[in-house]
Amino acid sequence: MALRNIIGKRIGNGIGLVGRRSLSTSTSDVENRNAKSMNLYSAINQALHLALETDPRAFVFGEDVSFGGVFRCTTGLADRFGKARVFNTPLCEQGIVGFGIGLAAMGNRAIAEIQFADYIYPAFDQIVNEAAKFRYRSGNQFNCGGLTIRAPYGAVGHGGHYHSQSPEAFFCHVPGIKVVIPRSPRQAKGLLLSCIRDPNPVVFFEPKWLYRLAVEEVPEHDYMLPLSKAEVIRQGSDITLVGWGAQLSIMEQACIEAEKDGISCELIDLKTLIPWDKETVEASVRKTGRVLISHEAPVTGGFGAEISASIVERCFLRLEAPVARVCGLDTPFPLVFEPFYMPSKNKVLDAIKATVNY
Amino acid sequence: MAIWCRVSSRTIANANHMRKFINPASGLSPALNRGRPLFSDGNRRHLDSLPRNRATRVWFQRFKSTLAEKQQDSFLSSDSDEDLQSLQFPGGKVSYTSEMNFISESSETRVPCYRVLDDDGELIPDSHFQQVSEEVAVKMYSKMVSLQIMDTIFYEAQRQGRISFYLTSAGEEAINIASAAALSEQDIILPQYREPGVLLWRGFTLQEFADQCFGNKADYGKGRQMPIHYGSKKHNFFTISSPIATQLPQAAGIAYSLKMDNKKACVVSYIGDGGTSEGDFHAGLNFAAVMEAPVIFFCRNNGWAISTNVSEQFRSDGIVVKGRAYGIRSIRVDGNDALAVYTAVSAAREMAVNEHRPILIEALTYRVGHHSTSDDSTKYRKLDEIVYWKNARNPVNRFRNWVQSNGWWSEQQETQLRNSVRKQLLEAIQVAEKAEKPPLSEMFRDVYDYPPSNLEEQEKHLRETISRHPSDYPSDIPV
Repeated sequence: MALRNIIGKRIGNGIGLVGRRSLSTSTSDVENRNAKSMNLYSAINQALHLALETDPRAFVFGEDVSFGGVFRCTTGLADRFGKARVFNTPLCEQGIVGFGIGLAAMGNRAIAEIQFADYIYPAFDQIVNEAAKFRYRSGNQFNCGGLTIRAPYGAVGHGGHYHSQSPEAFFCHVPGIKVVIPRSPRQAKGLLLSCIRDPNPVVFFEPKWLYRLAVEEVPEHDYMLPLSKAEVIRQGSDITLVGWGAQLSIMEQACIEAEKDGISCELIDLKTLIPWDKETVEASVRKTGRVLISHEAPVTGGFGAEISASIVERCFLRLEAPVARVCGLDTPFPLVFEPFYMPSKNKVLDAIKATVNY
Repeated sequence: MAIWCRVSSRTIANANHMRKFINPASGLSPALNRGRPLFSDGNRRHLDSLPRNRATRVWFQRFKSTLAEKQQDSFLSSDSDEDLQSLQFPGGKVSYTSEMNFISESSETRVPCYRVLDDDGELIPDSHFQQVSEEVAVKMYSKMVSLQIMDTIFYEAQRQGRISFYLTSAGEEAINIASAAALSEQDIILPQYREPGVLLWRGFTLQEFADQCFGNKADYGKGRQMPIHYGSKKHNFFTISSPIATQLPQAAGIAYSLKMDNKKACVVSYIGDGGTSEGDFHAGLNFAAVMEAPVIFFCRNNGWAISTNVSEQFRSDGIVVKGRAYGIRSIRVDGNDALAVYTAVSAAREMAVNEHRPILIEALTYRVGHHSTSDDSTKYRKLDEIVYWKNARNPVNRFRNWVQSNGWWSEQQETQLRNSVRKQLLEAIQVAEKAEKPPLSEMFRDVYDYPPSNLEEQEKHLRETISRHPSDYPSDIPV
């Protein structure tokens, strides 16, 4: 059923209900045994507990993770696994990631937390010049594949410039790392476990808006969801919509309304942004002939541009309309103007109609 | 342990009373507490000679623990002088004073430099050092010579256009070899880029060096990086990367892993004077201190970061004084004195491994060569300065004198060694130059553990392009 049913009321947007419906397609990914209703931060917390439980060489570290973290994602870990494995670090992102690279280079699973994606930039050198190239430059003598960097990203209703950013595009331009973004609690648990266990350094962006407001049935067992595999979460025939993270719930609402006007929308969750699943998106576009991409990050140079260019290269003759992008504006993320900045349901809906009627 | 002593006008009358708490020998680890204390009696005289009306500050520390919760010594709060009552704040007890005094930006005297051999390679009387056996001394000296010759010949090869780039360690042979000699093979090296001698010590062959410089099929790095970016897993030498200081926080993480695995080993990470200005220097040292990681941060202060002299790099007394800012035990050593470097690194290693703490070593030296083959340092420094350091302050000659004075080396061995190494190098270069380059497929491997579909597509597409335009591409790379 609808993504919107799992999302609670968003501050300032007044959308949706707190509900407990699980996503229709996710049941095909994972067995639903012993599922418990929980929110995003609890699901992430479960994943971290499992990661540390199943691998004695897994570590969780970052600013304030010891007491549970500013978003409670690391609750209970220090008590259960001890201060040597779950610990606070000094306030220094380049140190957190550099330290994590070192830990990972010794075969450990280093799960580093950056408190907000907005603060990841001091670590950009370590991520791009070191982590991403660690295996390649050494001729595979060394690698830091055990490194996973987690960071809350995206709009939260009142975050302004420095608590709302979606910096995924910067990282999608770096060969050697993976970028993964979950859309819901159940997805987050499975994807995070895959990221932690993937033998490549991964940046995992968690939609902070969904931490408390998204509630879903999440299986209690240890399960993993595949990386670099996009998921069609709503079948349709007139237009393909591509998105990730929190934006998918907005897009889904637009799809439901578009349906009332007789437009059948196919909605795809990309999940992994690099390396991304071109095949699934291409197959969908071949079916529908139209594509719309939506993300919170500013439109210029956003990851939607890469998807658009690739689809045009591969599906040019099939396309019935230009590729549409409904994204954040090219401004720093504003505070009082957030509702204007954001790619809202109606902006998406307008673009669906314009594309279909092209 | 370093003691900073400045005396307030009020308490100078109590100088004798104070002096019993200022004991340079206390708090030192056994490794350092042999021979003379770090600060001679000269400092105590300095205490007495301060004019009484000068308001300076009493500040001394007993270095007991890295844990912030530990209290300051109780004698501070029990002293009847009102200036020495204490306050509790997060981070511990601190004494307060009603006299406002700024800590000076610099000490009256610079931190002294530990050395054992004089400029002629004669042992300084009463010096404390770790003795090396004939075997080790001869190996050290031979490797220093080999490094010198390797540098000369590879530099020439670049000049001849046979390799694209090179940088030498001229003037820093003692740092390279002596520091490596003091370590165990399990200790993990995170180099900057001017430490190939460490690899040489550990047994990396001249052929392996040449293969990397020529980027041929035998290069462990598979031809992906510029020359001198060596890496060798079997020698516990992490692959060099060009960005400066990035290895320092990584070193802290690696050391933490060693500690968690209860390994009797440490990490040694090298950095130049310029690199200490990078944010990663701060990050690395702070993390190592907080995480109590067994890592030796070895700073090669050679006076120059390309054309930037140290006077333009920092305003502190070099790098050694920065250790205290992080709660890290530090020492300044004569980097051109192989025995001093050897001793300092041995002691540092013991502390790092046994006490799970980082150590900072600043080795003063001079970069005799240009920064690299892309640099002509006569453009920014005087030729006689370079010549002076190359000849009068040469670490190789200095150590040779000491080795010879022990009867462990002769002129004949010298000639034999130099000829032999030279010959081996020229052969290695010939072999490396003729060897096949890595195949094209190596460009696409190891970006990830397995190539993703976009890379498979790009390789396929590239191969089609190559077949259409073969003359666009170097013929020595097997397609």
